[in-house]
Amino acid sequence: MVERTPIFNAICQFILLVGLIVALLPFAIVIIASTHDIRAVNIVPMPLTPGSHFLDNVREAWHRADLGHKLFNSILFATAVAFGKVALSSMAAFAIVYFRFPGRSILFWAIFLTLMLPLEVRIVPTYAVAANALAPFQAILNVTGINWLIHAVSGIEVNLQWGLLNSYPGLILPMVATATGTFLYRQFYLTVPDELAEASKMDGSGPIRFFWDILLPLSRPNMIALFTIMFVWAWNQYLWPLLVTTDPSFGIAVTQLKTLIPSEFGLPDWNVAMAGTLVIMAPPLILVIFMQRWFVRGLISTEK
Amino acid sequence: MASIAIRGVRKAYAKNAVVHGVDLDIASREFIVILGPSGCGKSTLLRMVAGLEEISGGEIAIDGRVVNNLEPRERGCAMVFQNYALYPHMTVAENIGYALKVAGVPKDERRRRVEATAKIVGLEAYLDRRPAALSGGQRQRVAMGRAIVREPKVFLFDEPLSNLDAKLRVAMRAEIRRLHRRLGATSIFVTHDQVEAMTLGDRLVVMNGGRIEQVGSPAEVYNRPASRFVASFVGSPAMNLMEGTIDRHGVFVYDAERQIPIPATLDARLVGHKVALGVRAEAARLVEPGTAGSIPATVDFVEELGAGRVVHTDLDGLSFAVSLSTPNVMPAGTPVGIAIDPRDVHLFSIETGLRIEFAAGIAAPANSN
Ligand SMILES: Nc1ncnc2c1ncn2[C@@H]1O[C@H](COP(=O)(O)OP(=O)(O)O)[C@@H](O)[C@H]1O
Ligand SMILES: [Mg+2]
Repeated sequence: MVERTPIFNAICQFILLVGLIVALLPFAIVIIASTHDIRAVNIVPMPLTPGSHFLDNVREAWHRADLGHKLFNSILFATAVAFGKVALSSMAAFAIVYFRFPGRSILFWAIFLTLMLPLEVRIVPTYAVAANALAPFQAILNVTGINWLIHAVSGIEVNLQWGLLNSYPGLILPMVATATGTFLYRQFYLTVPDELAEASKMDGSGPIRFFWDILLPLSRPNMIALFTIMFVWAWNQYLWPLLVTTDPSFGIAVTQLKTLIPSEFGLPDWNVAMAGTLVIMAPPLILVIFMQRWFVRGLISTEK
Repeated sequence: MASIAIRGVRKAYAKNAVVHGVDLDIASREFIVILGPSGCGKSTLLRMVAGLEEISGGEIAIDGRVVNNLEPRERGCAMVFQNYALYPHMTVAENIGYALKVAGVPKDERRRRVEATAKIVGLEAYLDRRPAALSGGQRQRVAMGRAIVREPKVFLFDEPLSNLDAKLRVAMRAEIRRLHRRLGATSIFVTHDQVEAMTLGDRLVVMNGGRIEQVGSPAEVYNRPASRFVASFVGSPAMNLMEGTIDRHGVFVYDAERQIPIPATLDARLVGHKVALGVRAEAARLVEPGTAGSIPATVDFVEELGAGRVVHTDLDGLSFAVSLSTPNVMPAGTPVGIAIDPRDVHLFSIETGLRIEFAAGIAAPANSN
């Protein structure tokens, strides 16, 4: 736009301001509420100036929701998922871009299709697999009759069992596959000149060395961006962790938030709930602030 | 060092053939330049030698060992790419030393060899820089260093100088020559630039449309082009070519007033046939219009080159260039005569494009293979 009239500018700024307020108001309320005691937070209307009970509330929330343990679980979970996604998508895209193998385009489109199948859609089968990760193989054995054959020959009933419910692998592994990440990486690899691959071939390195020595270091901004997005995404997962971890020792912080929400007949201590919310929000926020310089570069430019 | 034998090598992408059976023997320590227009399959041939491209037919042997099914690293070739293909995230030292690192050379020896190489290519002061912080010429040197450090049996160059400015190109040309004298590795250098080809090569291989047109020393290729294509491609300005017939007296007839006697007893079969006659701009002289034996023409424009100039003339629609060493002001349209020494003409068959030999007194189609 090249309009440069004062009125137009004023309108633009007004709209931006409204947007900002709409976006930040809930956030401000959370912060303010978390600084009052239970009495002040229940006054209608709520005071708009901060109180002095922030640390008390945090301490209370921390204690009540067992946040130390849950945050540890969350950080472990989100880090592992983000790391796994980066590792898996960089390798998957490497295979798709740099190798000509039969079924390559089918594989590519299969990955593409999973974009349309978010976890929520496939949650029942995923749960079934997590309950017994070997179930698909068991099914293959049963359907093909191999099981029957083994039983007839040796008298052994093959029964494959590997439950992942209530475990870190069960929490993490089903979240690791990522079409988005694979695409991001594929786009990046397509910008790397072919001559680089050829030069490294002439220098005597095989595909794995090329991947490790050349592609990965070159993709660092990309990697950081993907890691950050995926960390935040994993941090905010709710449905899957809720479903797969019935044992509280594997619970994560976000699902734990529920225990801080005042029940219908309990004390309406929203101040504690808001303090807990702030604590749980903090890690991804800090990560984004910390990573944003590289993060933006990784998403926008393909600089050399 | 290593000899290279290329026998009946063909290349096709899907059904699209781009190299149609190339035979070439390269002696050990030789510097071969492959010259040809863009898209003629030079790079493809080079990449087949390097192992970057599958060989569709025929075989390539390095030092007597057929390498068709060997990986690039097993062939002992190093390659310099047109765009240098430096690793952007590595320093100059790391770029040069990468091949050694992959080969598992111990760190101390690696550093020693990287430093020795940097000295050869004049990059000692830049070892810690990244490629992005280097000039075009310096990047070019890094690419050369990366090839040298491995002490390969064969050097392959794919238009390595075409991204440099003219002055740097001349300097790098001299440097490559010097380097070859010093290291003595068998080299194949691909270019579309004929000046580069003439100055660098022990022998030239002129390619066109996926085939070899001529193999020979630069002087041979220039003085006795094997085909009409070579005649028009090598030399600047391009050789003048006129199509005409040879009459009973052994005189080339372009039209009624433009005739050139051929100083040889021509094969009787050529009499009455159409041929193409070629004359280099340097072999023709400008004379007064109407001089006996000269060809009438009019001046089109004069190309001033500093040391000399090229007068482009017009023979009723056919343009004809004549080199001139003395300054001369000739406005367009000036009538002139062109004198041609019959000993300086080349004849080419219209049908096959091949050279017709006649200097020995007996005219016969050259290289009828
Ligand atoms: N990967 C490819 N697939 C199909 N055709 C190709 C491929 N690489 C090169 N070609 C074709 O082969 C011909 C020769 O290419 P190249 O050897 O690169 O020519 P040049 O002599 O300019 O180096 C060109 O017509 C080009 O279009
Ligand atoms: Mg080329």
